[in-house]
Amino acid sequence: MNAITITDLHKYYAKLHVLRGLNLSVTQGECVILLGANGCGKSTLMRCLNGLAPHDQGSIHILGEPLTGLSAAQLRRLRQKIGVVFQQFNLVQNVSVFQNVLYGALGQQRLGLLTSLSCFATIELRERAMAALERVGLAHKAQAECRELSGGQQQRVAIARTLMQDAEIIIADEPVASLDPKAGREIMDLLLDVVAERGMTVLCTLHQLEFAQQYGDRIVGMKAGRIVLDAPRQQVALDDMQQLYQGETRVDQPLLSTPTRLTPVTH
Amino acid sequence: MSTNRPLTTALPPRFKRPSLFTWGIALAFLALFIQGAMATNVTLERLLRGVVNLSHFLGRAFPPDLSNLDVLAWSMFETLNIAIVGVTIGVILSLPFALLAARNTAPAPWVRILTRFIVSTMRTIPDLIWALIFVVAVGLGPMAGVLAIIMDTIGFAARFFSERIEEVHPGPSEALSATGAGKLSVIGGAILPETLASMTATSLYSVEKALRSAVTLGLVGAGGIGVELAAAMRLFNFDRALTIILFILVVVIGFEQLSSQIRKRVI
Repeated sequence: MNAITITDLHKYYAKLHVLRGLNLSVTQGECVILLGANGCGKSTLMRCLNGLAPHDQGSIHILGEPLTGLSAAQLRRLRQKIGVVFQQFNLVQNVSVFQNVLYGALGQQRLGLLTSLSCFATIELRERAMAALERVGLAHKAQAECRELSGGQQQRVAIARTLMQDAEIIIADEPVASLDPKAGREIMDLLLDVVAERGMTVLCTLHQLEFAQQYGDRIVGMKAGRIVLDAPRQQVALDDMQQLYQGETRVDQPLLSTPTRLTPVTH
Repeated sequence: MSTNRPLTTALPPRFKRPSLFTWGIALAFLALFIQGAMATNVTLERLLRGVVNLSHFLGRAFPPDLSNLDVLAWSMFETLNIAIVGVTIGVILSLPFALLAARNTAPAPWVRILTRFIVSTMRTIPDLIWALIFVVAVGLGPMAGVLAIIMDTIGFAARFFSERIEEVHPGPSEALSATGAGKLSVIGGAILPETLASMTATSLYSVEKALRSAVTLGLVGAGGIGVELAAAMRLFNFDRALTIILFILVVVIGFEQLSSQIRKRVI
């Protein structure tokens, strides 16, 4: 079964045509790495996948459920299945690490915030949060404020938050772009380990081509709002990936020609 | 340094010639000032007479009347009560007003515009006018003072709260929305923790402001030490009035010092 199915997806920001007829499917348990230059539409695609940026045409199905025509409550339910790891971590700085992890359960609780605050949370919820922190190796920082942590540690907290969320799909938008190479590798190792343990599906955007070759089951390349490369990792040469960063890559530049596919799409 | 070569370009003028509009505004202002000075009868002769009268007042005010200080202390305590109760209720009510008035938390643009209009109306009407209105509505005494302070505090605090709410980093709110959290959970989980310190500082400043207001509110019969001051001035008990003024000075300055110390620690 497909975890994510995207069919002929279009997205506009005012007159800017950002996503230009995208087709992509990700099967459950797969790790797909999305590559492309800045401004090619990767982040917009990621935001469309959980409805943070509603798309204009085409369809998105998450675990078989369509993303269009949902009520606010239905959209919130669907979002619970998608954990998002952001480039800038997006943790709440003025509360503790433990509280940030508890926030992962916000969508699942009947009374939302009230039951997800550390002072009101059930023992079961608190134990789950601590287990998530132990898994990412930060149990000893539970009571620290997020601003006291390094970038790599903050990203670990963000991963623990998605564990708390019990997500089935992880969308990671340049999760290591703000980190040094060593911390970046550690985060990718952790993310992929956690994903493998839980059988989750991953769609991850990256700029590090060596990470793409190491961690991805499949590599998808975008150029100017279109998918131009989609193949299993073994079939993608370094040269193919480098071509994604050359020529007309951005959606806010006038296109002189339609980007051509670099490699045949295999499915 | 002088140049040997003769200049071929004229030097720019030292002053820019005012436009006709600037001349018009300046002349209109000057006319309004002269008319105002004549209408309000501001003359040097009257000013000198005022200085003589002031010296009479001070002559009769010294030494200050220090009898019945306990009565003054109770009145001052009542003023403090009016300020504290008024600000506490005002700050609590300011929060929903601020959330409805801030661009990133208002449920709809028309709600935001309406709330902003209500808040600015509360702010535009001076506290003394509010006190006069409430004295008519609920009668003489501290309750009218409390109500006046509530209105004044909402006008002030709701505006600052909403501006602070609009400045929050969008990332953490987005991250909580992405977990499937509802709007109220996002406000409580991400927006309030980031704005709490600033809101506390604003609230403390509101107490300082309210204490000064509460003193003058007594002049229109809304309870507190202002009532004592008004009575002493009307009865020409200037020595008593001086004691009250000094008393107010000590308490207000003392409270301002205390409040600024607390604010320094909070921020």
